[in-house]
Amino acid sequence: MKPVPRATFETEPFWQACADGFLTYQCCSTCGHVQFYPRTVCVRCHNSALEWKKSNGTGSVHTFTIVHRAPSAPFKPDVPYAITLIDLDEGFRIMANMLECSLDAIYIGMRVDIGFECRGDGAIHLPQAYPRRA
Amino acid sequence: MRIPVISGVFDTKVGNLPRSSCMSLHAEAALGAVADAGLGIGDIDGLLCAYSLAEPHPMLSSAVAEYLGISAVFESSLSLGGATAATLVMQAAALIEAGVCRHVLALTGDNRLTGMSRDGAVAALAGFGHPQFEQPYGMSIPAAYGMVAQRYMHEFGLTAEQMAAVAVVQRKHAARHPQAHMREPITLEDVLQSRMIASPLHLLDCCLVSDGAAAVVISTGDARNELPKPAVGILGAGQGHTHEHIVAAPSLVDFGCKNSAALAFRRAGLSVSDIDVAEIYDSFTITLIVELESIGFFARGEAGPAIAHGALELDGVLPCNTHGGLLSYGHSGAAGGMFHVVEAVRQLRREANTRQVKDAELAFVHGDGGVLSAHCSLVLGRL
Repeated sequence: MKPVPRATFETEPFWQACADGFLTYQCCSTCGHVQFYPRTVCVRCHNSALEWKKSNGTGSVHTFTIVHRAPSAPFKPDVPYAITLIDLDEGFRIMANMLECSLDAIYIGMRVDIGFECRGDGAIHLPQAYPRRA
Repeated sequence: MRIPVISGVFDTKVGNLPRSSCMSLHAEAALGAVADAGLGIGDIDGLLCAYSLAEPHPMLSSAVAEYLGISAVFESSLSLGGATAATLVMQAAALIEAGVCRHVLALTGDNRLTGMSRDGAVAALAGFGHPQFEQPYGMSIPAAYGMVAQRYMHEFGLTAEQMAAVAVVQRKHAARHPQAHMREPITLEDVLQSRMIASPLHLLDCCLVSDGAAAVVISTGDARNELPKPAVGILGAGQGHTHEHIVAAPSLVDFGCKNSAALAFRRAGLSVSDIDVAEIYDSFTITLIVELESIGFFARGEAGPAIAHGALELDGVLPCNTHGGLLSYGHSGAAGGMFHVVEAVRQLRREANTRQVKDAELAFVHGDGGVLSAHCSLVLGRL
């Protein structure tokens, strides 16, 4: 089975929001810094007053790779598959596979929408990238 | 007080070593390095170890000390991926400068090939990824470096051919080392036609998985006149860190090597133009190119073309990874980075036979761990 993220104390609200269909991120109430992944403190000013915000789920490909050699057995049926780093328009970066897209069509700067893939009996909704529909 | 010196080095055979274990490799390297320094194991009062993926132990230095009968006044194990070996040397030098130890053994090794198989090693290394925000996407270490390479090509015009040239020159160096894991010459076409692992990286853009071990003895500078071999001074050392996980890296083109090298050079009172030979971490062809440019050996965008024109050859502007590096000499976990240290010492002692860089006086050694995450640089010199 592919790895299913196990939520921790500080990431639980993030995964709950994913299950509700929203990509969220933390914004520091003190200094305004935007951060991903979720933490208990602001990585810039170390204040713990962090606000959860909803992303509108749009962004651009910062970089990508097409994986031909899977790191473990559960990913072998999927090769070749794409891994990307996506810069969300709100100023944070996530990793995602590019789904429903020809692998030859991926390029740096490509616009994407974030959607969600069910993993582990639907308990986890994993953020994934999909080509922006024109 | 005199600066700490590297008094002894040793590397075991590398490659497929069926009659080896993590501990047997540690023992062989330890005894070899101590003998090379003209010491006995009883002279060792500091023991620094790394980690093993094949035979993991939560207290490796204690287990090694017990296996070898070492009784030190200071021991520790540390884990910084490919930056571990250089960091062990930096740590040992600090212990000596602080007066805690006189002779520190920095010991690394793993039987990664026979102890866990290539598949097992690839899977274990993928565990360096973030469990929630990277591993679920099927990220491997080559995939992470593939993303760095893709971005570097986009920003600076680096080509697949220029990356392939790194693999070709490393293999050429390895052919001159009797102990190297891979010595068969390769061509640019061989690299470009080898199967794709994680685009744009082909199989021959990726380092090896090898069994092997290496050890270095770091001694107080006061002992340098009693050593059987020429002493090599640790002139400067530095670290630099920006992230652990690639998803959290502040930049995909600027990394901690810039700071680690600047610190090491400042402490040595030297600069890149003083260096005669460089032994720089080369987990992938892109790793070496990024580091050569960040550290300042080449201007941005110029390492690729320079390498394609022979810059890293024995008679090039910067002879680099003269043993063949991780790409061709061998990669045995933390020992992979220690092979770079051992080779630098052999070059400075003028023991490198057919791969000797003429009149080598100053060497630069660099290790990086994770995905260009943790960096440690050393400036070494003939005294």
